[in-house]
Parts: sequence; C-alpha cells; structure tokens
Amino acid sequence: MVRDITIGQYYPTESFIHRLDPRVKIVCTLLFIVSLFIQNSLPGYVVATIFLAAVIKMSKVPVGFIVKGLKPIVILLLFTVVMNLFLTRGGAELVQFWIFTITESGLKTSVFMAVRLIYLVMGSSIMTFTTSPNGLTDGLEKLLHPLNRVNVPVHEVAMMMSIALRFIPILLEETDKIMKAQQARGADFETGNIIQRAKSMIPILVPLFVSAFRRANDLAMAMEARCYHGGEGRTRMKPLKYKREDRLAYAVTVFYLVLIFAVGRFVPLRLWIF
Amino acid sequence: MGIVHAEKLIYEYDKRDEEGNVIGTNRAIDGVDIDIPQGSFVAILGHNGSGKSTLAKHMNALLLPSGGTIWVDGKDTKDPAEIWNVRQAAGMVFQNPDNQIIGTVVEEDVGFGPENLGVPTDEIWKRVENSLRSVGMLEYRKDSPNKLSGGQKQRVAIAGVIAMEPKCIVLDEPTAMLDPNGRREVILAVEKLKAEKNVTVILITHYMEEVIDADQVFVMDDGHIVMHGTPREIFGRVDELKAYRMDVPQVTMLAEELRKRGLSLPRGILRREELVEALCRLR
Amino acid sequence: MSIALEHVNYIYSPGTAYEKHALKDVSFEIGQGQFVGIIGHTGSGKSTLIQHLNGLAKATSGDVSYNGESIYAEGYDMRKLRSQVGLVFQYPEHQLFEVDVLSDVCFGPKNQGFSQEECEKRAREALGLVGFPEKYYRQSPFELSGGQKRRVAIAGILAMHPKVLILDEPTAGLDPKGRDEILDQIEHLHKETGMTVILVSHSMEDIARYVERIIVMNRGQKMLDGAPAEVFQHYRELEKVGLAAPQVTYIMHDLKERGFDVPADATTIEEAADEIMRSFHG
Repeated sequence: MVRDITIGQYYPTESFIHRLDPRVKIVCTLLFIVSLFIQNSLPGYVVATIFLAAVIKMSKVPVGFIVKGLKPIVILLLFTVVMNLFLTRGGAELVQFWIFTITESGLKTSVFMAVRLIYLVMGSSIMTFTTSPNGLTDGLEKLLHPLNRVNVPVHEVAMMMSIALRFIPILLEETDKIMKAQQARGADFETGNIIQRAKSMIPILVPLFVSAFRRANDLAMAMEARCYHGGEGRTRMKPLKYKREDRLAYAVTVFYLVLIFAVGRFVPLRLWIF
Repeated sequence: MGIVHAEKLIYEYDKRDEEGNVIGTNRAIDGVDIDIPQGSFVAILGHNGSGKSTLAKHMNALLLPSGGTIWVDGKDTKDPAEIWNVRQAAGMVFQNPDNQIIGTVVEEDVGFGPENLGVPTDEIWKRVENSLRSVGMLEYRKDSPNKLSGGQKQRVAIAGVIAMEPKCIVLDEPTAMLDPNGRREVILAVEKLKAEKNVTVILITHYMEEVIDADQVFVMDDGHIVMHGTPREIFGRVDELKAYRMDVPQVTMLAEELRKRGLSLPRGILRREELVEALCRLR
Repeated sequence: MSIALEHVNYIYSPGTAYEKHALKDVSFEIGQGQFVGIIGHTGSGKSTLIQHLNGLAKATSGDVSYNGESIYAEGYDMRKLRSQVGLVFQYPEHQLFEVDVLSDVCFGPKNQGFSQEECEKRAREALGLVGFPEKYYRQSPFELSGGQKRRVAIAGILAMHPKVLILDEPTAGLDPKGRDEILDQIEHLHKETGMTVILVSHSMEDIARYVERIIVMNRGQKMLDGAPAEVFQHYRELEKVGLAAPQVTYIMHDLKERGFDVPADATTIEEAADEIMRSFHG
C-alpha cells in the first residue's frame, strides 16, 4: 500500500524530456504552473491539456504511473472541490437542498480548481519522473546560485533534497515492514477513537525514527569516507550545459504561454457555463 | 612500512550514565600493532563488539586514535592536512548496502567520489565506466539502486570506491546482510579486483569461508589482536577460535572431528578437495 | 493442530508495472510440533509465504487453514490467529520501541487484552525462555548488544504464547557464536514447549543441523519437501536454482565417488564423521 506512492520518484527511461537540461525542466514546470493560474477559461484549459498530454507522451512515462501520483492529494482535492462548490456564490442557482446551494460559478470554480490542482501535480511529477534527483538538485543549485552571495547554503540544501528523495522509497518500505511486524504482535491500527489510534502509532514511529537516525548516521559516514566536503572544489560528472534541444524547449514553452494567454482572451469558446 | 601501519593504537570513548554524565571510559581498541603490506589480502575476524569495525574506521580517518598512531599510505591520519589524502588512499565499503549509496542512478553514485576529489568530467566518465565494468555492473549503470539486489548494491558500492583509485579498500562486513548468492558475488568481485588492480584488500567479516584465500588473518577480541597467521594456521586452532566466538569452515570442522576420533589428518584443512585427498591417502 | 495451504497463489500489485506472481500454487501441511525449515534464495517467495501463515498477506486465490478452519472465512478472528501463529521478522530488533525491555515484551500480551500483572508474568517467562539475563529487564532495549536485542524481540512474540513460531532469518548479522546460541535456544524451546517451529534460513548447514523437514522454495513454487537427507540428495537441482547442499553432503558424495563405502546422505558433521569412521574400521 505505502509503496504505491509514486510522487517524487524518478522513472528511468530514455526520452526527449529525460534528456533535457534539468534547469529547463524546472523553469518550464514553473511557467506551466503559472500558466494555470493566470487564466481561467475553457480554451485556456484546452491548450494546457494539449500541452501536458504532449509532454507526457514525449516523456514515455506511463500515464497510469502519473495518475497514481495523484493518490496522496485526493483528500486535498476533495476538500477544495467541496469548499468551492458550496461556498462560492454567483450566477444562477443550479441545485438547492437543505442549507446547501450550488451556483453556476460555484460549479465552475470548483471544476477549474480541481483541474488546476491535478495539472499542477501532474506537471511537477513529470519533472521528477524525468529528472534524476541528482539532476534536479544540480539544476536547482545552478539556478539558485546567485543566492550564495547572500549567504544561502545553496549546495547543502540541494544535497539534502537529493538525499531525501533517494530515501523516500526506502523509508516507505521500512514503514510497511514495521507495521506488519507490530501487527504480528497483535497491534491494531484500524479500530478505536482518534486518541487510541494516535497512540497506536507510537510502536511504528519510534522504530522508524530510530532507523532513520541510524541510516542518517551511516550515510554521513559513507559520504565522508568518499571525501565529501561540501561544494567547494567539487567537479561534476554531468555538468549542466544548454544544448539545442534545451533552447528549443524554452522556445516552445514561451510559445505555449503566449498561446494560452491569447486564446483565453480572444477565443470565445464557451460550453454551457464554462 | 606497509600501506596500513599502526603502532600501539588505542581508541577510547566515554561511558555515560542516563543523564549523560561521563562515568568512565571504554577501550574499543587497546594497543593494536598491525602492518599490512601493499597488494596483500588481509582478513580481520572477530565477534560483534570485538573492535574490528572501530579499527577499520581508523584506516579511513573516520575515527582518530586516542593513543598511538596509524599511518595510511605513509600519512599520519591525525594530520588534518592529510585527511582527504588518507580517505582517497583507503576506500571503504560498509555493511548496509542501502545506507551507503548516495546517488539515485547507479552511475551517478559511482561518480560521487571522483566528483568530490575534483576529477575532471571526462576522466570521471572513464573511471565510472571502468569501475562498473570491473565489478560486472556496467549494464545496470542507468538503473535506480533501489531495484538492485543486495549483492548488486554492494558491488556498486565497491565500484564507487574503485572510481576514487585507492591503494587499498577496507570492506567492513560487506556481506553480513546478504544471502549466500549475494555473498559469493561480492567476494568474487573483490578477488577479481585484487587480481587485476593490485589493490590491497582488507576484509572484515565473520563468515569463515570468505577468508580462506587471504594472505594473512587477524583475529580480534576485546580490542586486542589475539591471533595472527595464514588461514591454514588460524583454522588449525579450532578450539582457540571457538573461544573467541568464531567458527571454522565446515570442512575444517569435519577434519578436526575426524582427527579427534583418531584419524591422522593434518591441521587446518580448508577445502573440500584437500580433505577428500587426505582421506584417500589414509586408506 | 496444523497449518495447511491449499493451492495458494499470491500476485503482488496486480495490474501495474510491478505485477509479480510471488506464490504459485503452493500447497503443504505442517503438523503440530514439527520443526520445519524453509529455504530459498532472496525473491523465491519465502518471506511472502510465511506472511500468509498468520494472515498478514492474503492469498489472491487458494486457501489457508489453521486447525482445519479457513482463516479467510467470514468473521475469522485474525488477531487471535496472529497470537497463535507468532511471526518473528528478519532483524526483529528493529521493531523494539518501549522504554525498557520488560515493557517491550509486554506489548504483545497487552494487545491480547491481558492485565498488567499477567502481561509481566508472561514477559518474564518469555525472557527466561530465550535466556535473557534478568538484570537487564529494566534497561532500554536500544542499549543492548545485537544478539541480546534479538532475544528480546523473539521473547516479544513468545510472550503471546503462540502454538506456532515462525522465524525469518533469526541469525542474520550475528557472529558465529551468536548464531549458534540463538539456534540452540530455539531448539531448546521446541523441545521444551513442543511448539511448532518454522525456521526460514539461507544457511543449509544450520537448517540441516536442526530441522526434521525442509521445504525448498524457488520462484514462488514449492520445489522440494522432505527430510534433510532426502532433500539434499537433490543437490544438483538445488545448485541449478542457486542453492546448495551443506558442505558435508558434497564431501560424502566425493568420497563415495572415490570408492569409499559411505552412504551419501549425511547432512551434519556428526553424521558424516560417524560414517567416515565406520568406513575406516569396517
């Protein structure tokens, strides 16, 4: 069950998207997210959908894999939809029962909001699926390099992120194992009130923390043994250099931004209330 | 002086009570003298808590001696100016395969050490390729380490050390968490490296079968080196080894049992064929 | 009193890229009081298999029954099953969490609903069974040596008074003496209490020394099932799947080939030594 969580993982394969410079992917993902929020029209979403679908296709990451990444945000998603659905007022009333009223703009906002959130997660998971965590951190490090001048330890932060990403699957598996082991000792995580359930987490959390600290200690030692001493004097196995494809990808993304902005303004496509 | 040389090495750590007050000191290593010649294969045996891992960590300057001195490649590990040279000269492979792989792609992990050493990019690629090939893991270079078996992970860890071009590799119980197939893979990879690159191998283990091919074996107990010799000499002393919570290979044990029952077999038989031959001669 | 598996199949993450047929048509029955070894290399399905025995994993098809009752029947008391079929995981010391040894061992009985007094009584008894020294009962489990931690973890299961004890690689990571100590303790336990013991191990030498029956798993299937001497006769097949017989079995085969008059089915040092001596003295 916990091993089903795919968000933040790397999906190793060969594709055009995989080969892009991580900086391109980070910047373009940010631009894509921005694009979702600067417009709010059906034609705009159509363009965003086509763009996202094309990128997913090119990345060769199975769609099912990306959809699975949505699992952890289901609750957040439902919450947003419900809140928007019932609390946004405006336009004609569509449904009314008891104290609840669903209005046209309520429905519209909640649907668009859900789509935004889903696209946001899908867009960023495409980035993590196609960029090795090392690439990702290298990219961030290079992009944020100017912050070094104001004493932000950019390299260290990037390294920390990369390690966190590597250990997520390991710790998830470990959680699964510890849960099973405590169940074998008769532990019950499913019944009882909130306090009892919270208490029943102790036998999972304590061993998990102990193990995480042990791993952190081991890892620090292994890194030191391999002469790690911060970013200074370090060379790169895969130094970042923009290539033709990267410039192309930037150009396409900018074109997409202009397009989504333009269609939102000038294409009068309307469907029912949307 | 060999590649690793220690004189009167002592390592102490504080014993604390529940409030964290120091209530005394423990000696994990107590006056160890050791000399390991360049290019040799040395095994260190000892039960859990005998001090063998602590000794190993001194060879990489992960721990510094409380007393005495240890030189690695002629450099005193206490000298702060030499610490990175020491670590480059003596690479280290640890017990837990998961906790020593830093990269999320096999080849990036192998490149981690050379990156830290400031090796130029082209050269890193060459080293990564060569070291992955020498442990037989080249075809997995683009894979995620999480998908590999324990034995494969340890071979990647070995490649990561080899890519730093050390003179000596210290393997601290590299097979303790592996199944028999994984153990075999790792030991074969180490033997191949030794034959090809003439690196010094220091293997710390408590699997007796793994040390049969060593040039020298040291046995540690309670922070001391209590036995030292060739595998044949060491495994000839079955009772003594057992007293130090160690064991002997099953073949050796059977030969010893037969000797006790009156057959005049030589001491320290290590291999199956040897025992069969010896028995045939007796007939 | 027995555990039986009938045509058990287990498919892992069905319908995804990670789909794996972890168990394929596995059937066997283990009677009360047996000492059984399960061998197989990593990924052979043995860990998945033992999780079926106490209901932690549920078969995709097939049936598991305990004492003639299907554990998949509606309303079956899984928690009771888990207290009767005790499962000690690999590196069990990684599940210790309490402030002291005694409280940790009490966790199981507490979950069974016993009074504090009864829990402590059972915990003390269990710690005694694994030979854990009484002076450390109030110590934090995290400060113990590896071998002692493992004893505490095993006691944690024993305190639930299981009828069946399953141990997954109980000697992993221990030094040779530690390995022998734990296994001797388990053997002693088996003799003392008459409980069924199922031992999962990589070490053929260990398995041969202690168990009366071996089940060999390969790629999710039961490959061999029988007494050690019988199973190790198939050493060539075992080798083909990456396993091996104990070293002594090979020696006996070599000797036989060289014309010694010895039976080739010895699996322990004592048996082998007896046979070799007999061939010398006629």
